[in-house]
Amino acid sequence: MKKRIGLLFIVQRSLRQHALSTLITTLSIALGTGLVMAVIAIRAQSVSAFTGGPIGFDAVLGARGSPLQLVLNTVFHLETSPGNIPWTMYQAVQSDPRVELAIPYALGDNYYGFRIVGTTTALFTEFEYRKGVRFRTEGDGRFFDPDRQEAVIGSFAAQKLGLKVGDTFKPYHGLVFDESMQHDEQYTVVGVLEPTNSPSDRVIWIPIEGVYRLEGHVLRGSGEEYIARPGQEIPDVHKEVSAVMLKFRNPQIGFMMDATINKQGKVATLAWPIGAVMAGLFDKIGWMNQILALVSYLVVLVAAGSILASIYNSINERRREFAILRSLGARRKTVFTVIVLEAASIAAFGVIIGFIVYGAIFTSASAIVRAQTGIVLDLLQFQPVFVVAPICIILLGVVAGVVPAFKAYQTDVATNLTPIS
Amino acid sequence: MSLLTVTNLEKAYASPEGSQSRIINVPHFEMDAGKQIALRGSSGAGKTTFLNLIAGILQADRGHIVVAGEEMTGLGESERDRLRAHYIGYIFQTFNLLAGYTALENVMLGMMFGTGIDTNFARHLLERVGLGDRMQYRPSQLSVGQQQRVAVARAIANRPRLVLADEPTGNLDYHHANEAVTLIREICHENSAALLIVSHDSEVLGQFEEAKDFAQVNCV
Repeated sequence: MKKRIGLLFIVQRSLRQHALSTLITTLSIALGTGLVMAVIAIRAQSVSAFTGGPIGFDAVLGARGSPLQLVLNTVFHLETSPGNIPWTMYQAVQSDPRVELAIPYALGDNYYGFRIVGTTTALFTEFEYRKGVRFRTEGDGRFFDPDRQEAVIGSFAAQKLGLKVGDTFKPYHGLVFDESMQHDEQYTVVGVLEPTNSPSDRVIWIPIEGVYRLEGHVLRGSGEEYIARPGQEIPDVHKEVSAVMLKFRNPQIGFMMDATINKQGKVATLAWPIGAVMAGLFDKIGWMNQILALVSYLVVLVAAGSILASIYNSINERRREFAILRSLGARRKTVFTVIVLEAASIAAFGVIIGFIVYGAIFTSASAIVRAQTGIVLDLLQFQPVFVVAPICIILLGVVAGVVPAFKAYQTDVATNLTPIS
Repeated sequence: MSLLTVTNLEKAYASPEGSQSRIINVPHFEMDAGKQIALRGSSGAGKTTFLNLIAGILQADRGHIVVAGEEMTGLGESERDRLRAHYIGYIFQTFNLLAGYTALENVMLGMMFGTGIDTNFARHLLERVGLGDRMQYRPSQLSVGQQQRVAVARAIANRPRLVLADEPTGNLDYHHANEAVTLIREICHENSAALLIVSHDSEVLGQFEEAKDFAQVNCV
């Protein structure tokens, strides 16, 4: 025990003596460690959130086209709409006994870039975005009255837009904010939703009827153009929806509806299961993750190389130090161990600081992800990489220490005891 | 009782021309426990090599070195290191203190590979050599004489049976040289360690009852 303390004592003194190179190599290890952990953790959490996060629906029914576009547009509120389907199609699935819940979405407007989605009150009264959990409004807010120009706002949108209960706003036409495209209709905020850490936090919900009645909106549910008039009821045949969000009574229904709608039908697309559709996206962009991971591995390798180089370069000037230690009775393997421990210590310190680097990278990245998608990534969520990366990097440090350690091991005592002037 | 016995010791170095140049040829040398012997010799006579052979830092070509009953010459390097750590203290002409360590830490380093660190004894030794108020000073913050005293304390830190001193006053002025030798002799005596000192300084050699001419010991 005494000896082990002694070796660490020598290591600590040596690192202190070479403080600058120790600091630089430690920081380079920290950067590599932080990068590796951040890239892997962000990827894992993103995949998990996009493929199995708090979505609450089993499938999306929309216009004929790409299921991925449909899911991105309706579930994650990204991408453009592939088109609309008639209201009658919504009515058909809603009355289908195999379907537990069908909620229509009508998209096409925004408020300062935040999407406005027209829907029914079923979204608040029947839909569970997570098992057993429904949307709830903060404080004294409430859900909108479907017959009024009222809005309920997701928590992130409310925070960013500075909107609260009682405030009013006028929607802008289109999914992309354009100052010149403001509608005349004014909506009043009646509720702000509690955070759900899902894409819904970025959405402004209004009654679907309101979307139909926004100035300039043309309905083509029947195939013919129809413009809603104030005070006049809109016939169902003219109504249309961007998508219908579906929850099935059991998973087998998905197979059946997939066969009916996707394989036999030609009018609509059923994006099912949503997780699998999104997993397909990650498969397609998998190469990008691999490149990011490769870059971070390279940073780690370069950092390990810097450990090797900095210690190796110091060996020549430290030969006398080793000779003195040897003359005091230190064995060759002791000197070898000291150098390997030095390398391992630098790697270990780097790993510790690497967690701070990870925190910084992750926090920045998750802020971007949240702003873009509404998905909240959890900094403290455990990932195996938090254990695997530190162990591997410290082992890499040990390996990097072996070459200079061997050089130190070879130090001849007698010829190095005399100072070189 | 004999602490150190050297018989038929030989050591040669390869010269730049490639031939072997014999530098040590000691038929017989011995010293008893607690004894203090000075060896006189000019530069290049092989004194340092002789001490390095006794310390096990160098491997002899031939012959025997027995320290405290243990045969040094037949041992591998690792075992020689162990013997050196346990039985031998070494005072160098250039002190060989480690620059990044304080005086106290340098003395503790002397203990690390032998009996183990005993901080109290390390402090006691530094107080004994008059550096009680300089324990946390680094070598660069000490005078040459003070550095020498740290080296003396370090050499005795492992409670060795034999202290080897290689021109220990070579870097000191006359006044400090005499003081240093007196201190080395006293501290070895107090700790029951034998002292083998090599020097070419007649003032130093004059302090020893037994001073031998190295040329008579080493028959090259």
